[in-house]
Amino acid sequence: MQDVVASSRPAGRRRTLVIGPGTVVRQAILLLATAAAVLPLYVLVTAAFKTQNGYLASPLGLPIPATAAAFGEAFGNGFLRWLINSVAISFTSVLITLVLASLAAYAFSRLPFPGRGVTFTLLISLMVVPPIVMLIPLFELMSDLSLTNTYQAVIIIYAGLMLPFSIYLLTSFFNTVPRELLEAAAIDGAPHLRTLVTIIIPLATPALVTLGIVNLLWAWNELLIALVLLQDDSMKTLMVGITVFQSHYNLDIPVTMAGLLIATLPIVAIYLAGQRFFVQGLAAGAIKE
Amino acid sequence: MKVAATPDRRAAGRARPRRSHLGDWLRPLPYVLPSIAVIAFIFAYPLVRLARESTQQSYAGMTQDVGFSNYQFVLTDSDFVTAVTHNLLLLCICVPVLIALSVIFAILMHETVRGRRVYQVILFLPYVLAIPVVSVLFDYLLQLNGGLNTILRAVGLGVLAKDWLGSEAWALPSLMFVIIWKELGFGIMLFFARMLTLPAELWEAARVDGAGWWRLHWHVTLPQLRSIVEFYAVVEGITMLSWVFSYVYVISNGTGGPGTSTLVTELYVYKNAFGYGTNNLSIASAASAILFVGTVVIMFINFRVRRIELHASHA
Repeated sequence: MQDVVASSRPAGRRRTLVIGPGTVVRQAILLLATAAAVLPLYVLVTAAFKTQNGYLASPLGLPIPATAAAFGEAFGNGFLRWLINSVAISFTSVLITLVLASLAAYAFSRLPFPGRGVTFTLLISLMVVPPIVMLIPLFELMSDLSLTNTYQAVIIIYAGLMLPFSIYLLTSFFNTVPRELLEAAAIDGAPHLRTLVTIIIPLATPALVTLGIVNLLWAWNELLIALVLLQDDSMKTLMVGITVFQSHYNLDIPVTMAGLLIATLPIVAIYLAGQRFFVQGLAAGAIKE
Repeated sequence: MKVAATPDRRAAGRARPRRSHLGDWLRPLPYVLPSIAVIAFIFAYPLVRLARESTQQSYAGMTQDVGFSNYQFVLTDSDFVTAVTHNLLLLCICVPVLIALSVIFAILMHETVRGRRVYQVILFLPYVLAIPVVSVLFDYLLQLNGGLNTILRAVGLGVLAKDWLGSEAWALPSLMFVIIWKELGFGIMLFFARMLTLPAELWEAARVDGAGWWRLHWHVTLPQLRSIVEFYAVVEGITMLSWVFSYVYVISNGTGGPGTSTLVTELYVYKNAFGYGTNNLSIASAASAILFVGTVVIMFINFRVRRIELHASHA
């Protein structure tokens, strides 16, 4: 990341910006924005480590002494089960999506077949269809198949919803793999599957990681489908759980906040770890537009 | 064994279109079929079923065909009209605000060296959070005696402490605020990333000419950001129209705000299908179908407009 800073001073002097609102104003505005972004999160984190009384006494202070009692209570009231459900459903559906999308993207990118263009366009145009449209028929379908309150129903619906975007992204990426590499493999007589696995996938790892994180984010945070299909308390995902939870535990702030933290931290951790991929991925995908 | 068909083309040496044969058709099948199967299951079948059921009504296990009366009901239902109006308000207010603020913050971040990394991480954080989490958090913070009002009263601005979520006047603006709070990070990152790819000389020339901050960015930066701003506008626009269920459901506790002040089309469908006391799947189906058609129309218009722009820019 270069420092894009104009320099109109002779070399050797410190580079500064010559015009503009001035560094002070700029920093002030950015700090204000940061504060607005951080303050709610500050309340979230600090409240989770207080007791209810401690919270009421000092809503904005630091939790001293900090206690994890709220977490214990949250886990004991369903959050552990919901956490397990969220992890199982999100990771499975993302895995399925990545595998299926990689296969399909390979075909769309490297295997010409009649109707390829039309099918591709049709497939990716489904990206914009909001899940609410399919909600009712899907619910009825799952009811008919006795698949309500199951992992499978939600997993396959998530996979279906994530596929169009994933196929679009991976196809774009696969298209950038140099022809020579693939033609060399073809001349060697390599079967397509081997080409895909040994050549394309390793090259596509950054794209796959980014896609995996983006999809994981989506699946983890999804509410509507899970809300409708997982009515049993033991099957709910974290998102459904916290929605229900807040009405029961309206008054116990620390427990609610602890629950929110449980629902948020895994994804935030993954984000912070994979942050580099994220910005790159967004930039790469969007710049193509 | 599958072999790529390049030898054919090479040997031919003449520009003749390849005739498709069975191998072409069969080869991609194992790759594409699983995805198509899943997508057909999740999209195609429900859409067909939706089309059928939206023209029916069920009473006590019996279904009868009622033509377009479901659609008629929905389109004349004041709740539906209210819901659509709210979606449009979200579109017309939140999207411009999001664009303006993200561009400004992205520019400021781009011009700032000290602390840039920190700003980057923190400003994007709200976008990474789950919508239900953000909504529950703000549901608490915006209560009459919640965090925000407590702070306002503590600094003597008690007169500004409104019943953000409990009054019909403030509920929708509060919803907009939460949406903007969360979605802003996406735009900031998008524009910032784009600006990183632009050469420094771009601004230097204008600076040497003595352009002021506003003029500089209006004439130099914005044109460069144009395509990505359009992308962001489309993404957020679609969001405002049909991807805000989680925000509204959580903040209004599933009701659609005090009265119907935060009702949106998705919630309208949900309430009709799964709400208390109602189980009107046919009405909800018709509303879903209308929403789907609306989405398609808007995408089509958007596609056309972009095509026209593309042609115009080549003229």
